[in-house]
Amino acid sequence: MDSYSKRKNMILLIFIVVGIVFVIKLFTLQVISSAYKKTATKNVLREVVDYPSRGLIYDRNGQLMVYNQAAYDLMATPREISVFDTLELCRLLDVPIENFRIEIQKAQKYSRFKPSIVVKQISPERYALMQEKMYKYPGFFFQTRTLRSYTYSNAAHVLGYVGEVNQSLIDNEPYYKSGDYVGITGIEKAYESELRGVKGFRFFLVDVHNRVKGSYENGQLDTMSIKGNDLVTTLDVELQGYAELLMQNKAGSIVAIEPASGEILALVSAPGYLPDDLVGRKRIENYPKMAADSLLPLYNRALRAQYPPGSTFKMVHALIALQEGVITPYTSFTCNHGYHVGSFSQKCHHNQAFQLTGSIAQSCNAYYSYTFRRILENPALSGVRQGYERWREYVVSLGFSSQVSFDLDEELKGFIPNSDYYEEHVFRKSRWRALPLISLAIGQGEVETTPIQMANYAAILANRGWYYKPHVVKSISNGNVHPEIREIHRSKIDPVHFEEIMDGMEYVLDPNYPGTASSARIPGIVVCGKTGTAENPHGADHSTFIAFAPRENPKIAIAVYVENGRWGNLYAAPIATLIIEKYLNGEIQPSRKYVEDNMLKTNLLYPELPNYIRYSK
Amino acid sequence: MRRNNTFLNLDWIVIVLYLFMVLAGWLNIYSAVYNEEHNNIFDLSQRYGKQLMWIGFALMLALFVIVVDSKFYVTFSYLFYALFILLLIIVLFFGKEVNGSKSWFVIGNFAFQPAEFAKYGTALAISKLLSTYNFSLKIRQNQLIAALIILLPVALIILQNDTGSALVYLIFIIPLFREGMSGLILFFGVYFTILFIGSLVMSPVAFIVVLLLLSLLVAFYFLKRWLPIGKVVLLLLAISMPFAIYQILAGDGSFDLYFVLIRSSFLTALLLLFRTIVKRIQHMPLITAVFLVSIVFSVSVDFAFNRFLEPHQQDRINHLLGIESDPLGAGYNVNQSKIAIGSGGFLGKGFLKGTQTKYDFVPEQSTDFIFCTVGEEWGFVGSLLVVAAFVWLLIRLVQLAERQRSKYSRVFGYSVAAILFFHFAINIGMTIGVAPVIGIPLPFFSYGGSSLWFFTILLFTFLRLDASRLEQLH
Repeated sequence: MDSYSKRKNMILLIFIVVGIVFVIKLFTLQVISSAYKKTATKNVLREVVDYPSRGLIYDRNGQLMVYNQAAYDLMATPREISVFDTLELCRLLDVPIENFRIEIQKAQKYSRFKPSIVVKQISPERYALMQEKMYKYPGFFFQTRTLRSYTYSNAAHVLGYVGEVNQSLIDNEPYYKSGDYVGITGIEKAYESELRGVKGFRFFLVDVHNRVKGSYENGQLDTMSIKGNDLVTTLDVELQGYAELLMQNKAGSIVAIEPASGEILALVSAPGYLPDDLVGRKRIENYPKMAADSLLPLYNRALRAQYPPGSTFKMVHALIALQEGVITPYTSFTCNHGYHVGSFSQKCHHNQAFQLTGSIAQSCNAYYSYTFRRILENPALSGVRQGYERWREYVVSLGFSSQVSFDLDEELKGFIPNSDYYEEHVFRKSRWRALPLISLAIGQGEVETTPIQMANYAAILANRGWYYKPHVVKSISNGNVHPEIREIHRSKIDPVHFEEIMDGMEYVLDPNYPGTASSARIPGIVVCGKTGTAENPHGADHSTFIAFAPRENPKIAIAVYVENGRWGNLYAAPIATLIIEKYLNGEIQPSRKYVEDNMLKTNLLYPELPNYIRYSK
Repeated sequence: MRRNNTFLNLDWIVIVLYLFMVLAGWLNIYSAVYNEEHNNIFDLSQRYGKQLMWIGFALMLALFVIVVDSKFYVTFSYLFYALFILLLIIVLFFGKEVNGSKSWFVIGNFAFQPAEFAKYGTALAISKLLSTYNFSLKIRQNQLIAALIILLPVALIILQNDTGSALVYLIFIIPLFREGMSGLILFFGVYFTILFIGSLVMSPVAFIVVLLLLSLLVAFYFLKRWLPIGKVVLLLLAISMPFAIYQILAGDGSFDLYFVLIRSSFLTALLLLFRTIVKRIQHMPLITAVFLVSIVFSVSVDFAFNRFLEPHQQDRINHLLGIESDPLGAGYNVNQSKIAIGSGGFLGKGFLKGTQTKYDFVPEQSTDFIFCTVGEEWGFVGSLLVVAAFVWLLIRLVQLAERQRSKYSRVFGYSVAAILFFHFAINIGMTIGVAPVIGIPLPFFSYGGSSLWFFTILLFTFLRLDASRLEQLH
């Protein structure tokens, strides 16, 4: 044995130590850590989403309003892309080459192996053209998506639009993944969970080049997509179209409700847009223009515009006064060109005494100043403050000062100040008096209501004291109907008090009386209505009108606002009665054709540009 | 002795381990390139078909090596060496470039890498040199000759731009160490290699902290008392204070720990060095000196790396050390390889069921990264078996080497064990991310005729020598 033979132990030690280090490392890799198993599964598993088609939307008569149309997203897998003619591809796709380059860079940044969307929503026609050229572009392929399509170019505001989910929604709702579509406004948003359906997933094993090698676990985990539920709306698409036509070249809104059910027959906000304008790639172009437009076409006035209600509010006082017993239908107040107390005057244009019906027919300001004062100074109560609070309770029970609709989420609440508001802003710890509040008598001052609240108020008048929450969806294909739309809301006014009010509202359209809107009378139909003028500090006052018809067993209640239309009888009343006639008779009788023509011709927006069409291409 | 006795004298443990590895290797190659459409195992257009053919050849070569008289190897050792050196030179001119290194001879369908076989020649030559009568590694001239024998093929292989294969030759330190080369060379060789890699791989702060702790531990090993160690730590803290205060006062709000550590530990070590020399305390001057040199070395490595190397050279070293963190860049292979092995779990996914290897996520899966297939499909149990088989083989080879009467056979035995060890350590090490990625095959497992034949000839030459261990060889 040589002198260095002990060194074999050192060498063996090195061999064994390396072996032990490997075993320890292998044990941590394979047995302790689970991260690598997950990554390996993620490596080979490709999830292919099977997008469900969104539910269809019908009108109340079964007319299809919204359906789906295929669109195609161009996908790119950067690793598979070889040299290609970018210019030609961009020409074929009709996209700017700079944008395309940016998208390709983004895709490369995201993943070299996984596909990303580079061009969104290519039309079926272009897709068909592209199909035969695709062999020139390895690494690119199409993914089928669906886009909304519309059979009628109406009801854009009610239907709402669909767009891509934003980051906050992805963070909050795990169902949504980047690139998914979601309802952003209107019915599309309110009924998103019904319309969207359920995404399907198929899992494939793929190799390193992202080539599909087979299904995962024999497809046991795969799910089919489930189509979204169809909706039947309460809209009458023909009436909706007619209402939109009447509102062309005007700003304002119309809400028509079936009083017996609370179903919204038509809801117009003008100026509006065509539903197609906000679909897919067009939205990218149109939306910023619309958002910048001073006439606010994206703004749903019917739900969000809060105006002082004006004279249409007068029946509210009458009903409360009757209910509180501070007047009777035969109580008479004299109008002496207005209501005068000391130095204060509420102007009016009559010089006669009115009872209830006449005060409505001729919209006497003095009458309501007296009446409102009686409500406030009700001797049965402790003072003006309590009188006001009692009055407010009644007003709130008529659907004001809160969201009155069931499924139109954008709706604003309006404003009926509570007593604290007046305490703070008007009386400031001094004694409450009736005079500072008196402008409320004619629907001016601090109160604000929305058109849909006014239409609901018309429906309450038609129903003699109760309402269903106004809503736009009647039924869902899976049979779900929310119980809330079947819940009756009763006002605090006794039904007996409505007859005299209706008499007055009937006289509004009676030329013999003469009512304030007698020129809007529809021969053969008993319409109860009330004109109004909503004060506008920014320009000409707004023309308003509320009505329901027929008086017995009413089928339609309506509120019409025409901005800068000055007086109710000028535009709002004729438009409202045209809609009522159209709805009840199906057509406009020849004797009223001139009214229709007048309304259609009226251009309050751009009188100098009669045929100006916005946005639509 | 009669010829048939050779077979009786062969070490059958090694042969069984060899056959096990070759077979296991083939099964994993089959799995790595498996495809439902080609399932004839003899299909020569597929790698498993070819490998089966290579295995057949290898067995014939083994038989041939055993049949040849053992004196043949001893006699022609230098000739073999010269022949392979010649081939290494020729390949520089007529070789084919594969993956950037000009190291392959291609004749028709047949490709062969002389660098593999040059190891065989070098092993023979070193054995011959060291077994020369009266040869001692203590003599400087002998040291130079040994170094020359090893470094000549290294230089030629580096010229072929195949650094990975050249590194294998470093492992000849093991047989040299066994035969009396100073242990310090082995120690410092390993120490500075670790220092070099450590200073590039670890964060500077962690590097200094590890170095400090290590030095303190070694000092404690010699002193056997904690008190002086504590004093040194206190001294270090006291010296670091002014630097720390300077950092806080003059800095821009950020605190550079490295700045404080490097300066204070350097100063402390310098003070300690003077003090221990003056006081003549045993071992301590050496420990502090090594510490100082280590720090200077690591700083200059960092400096040289960042200052003098071109970006592409830096990339290559980073790549070699697996520093690149970009999982789709240079680190992609190791990352995917770790995923494959890690996803195998305890029992593995089963034969032909590996998704990482089957779907090509691991590159070079039938050659350099064949161990991934083992890890993924056979799990921890299979990996353990393979590692155990290699360690057993290495231990067995050391045992065989030690029982040789002839120094020639012993040195050759150690050379074989050392070469196998280097391939085993680096190859499996890189697939599990503990060794740099150097493209060298796993012996007996990796696909490829050239490497299989080389390892077969290497192993069986030693078995042949071992079988005639009772004969006088020279």
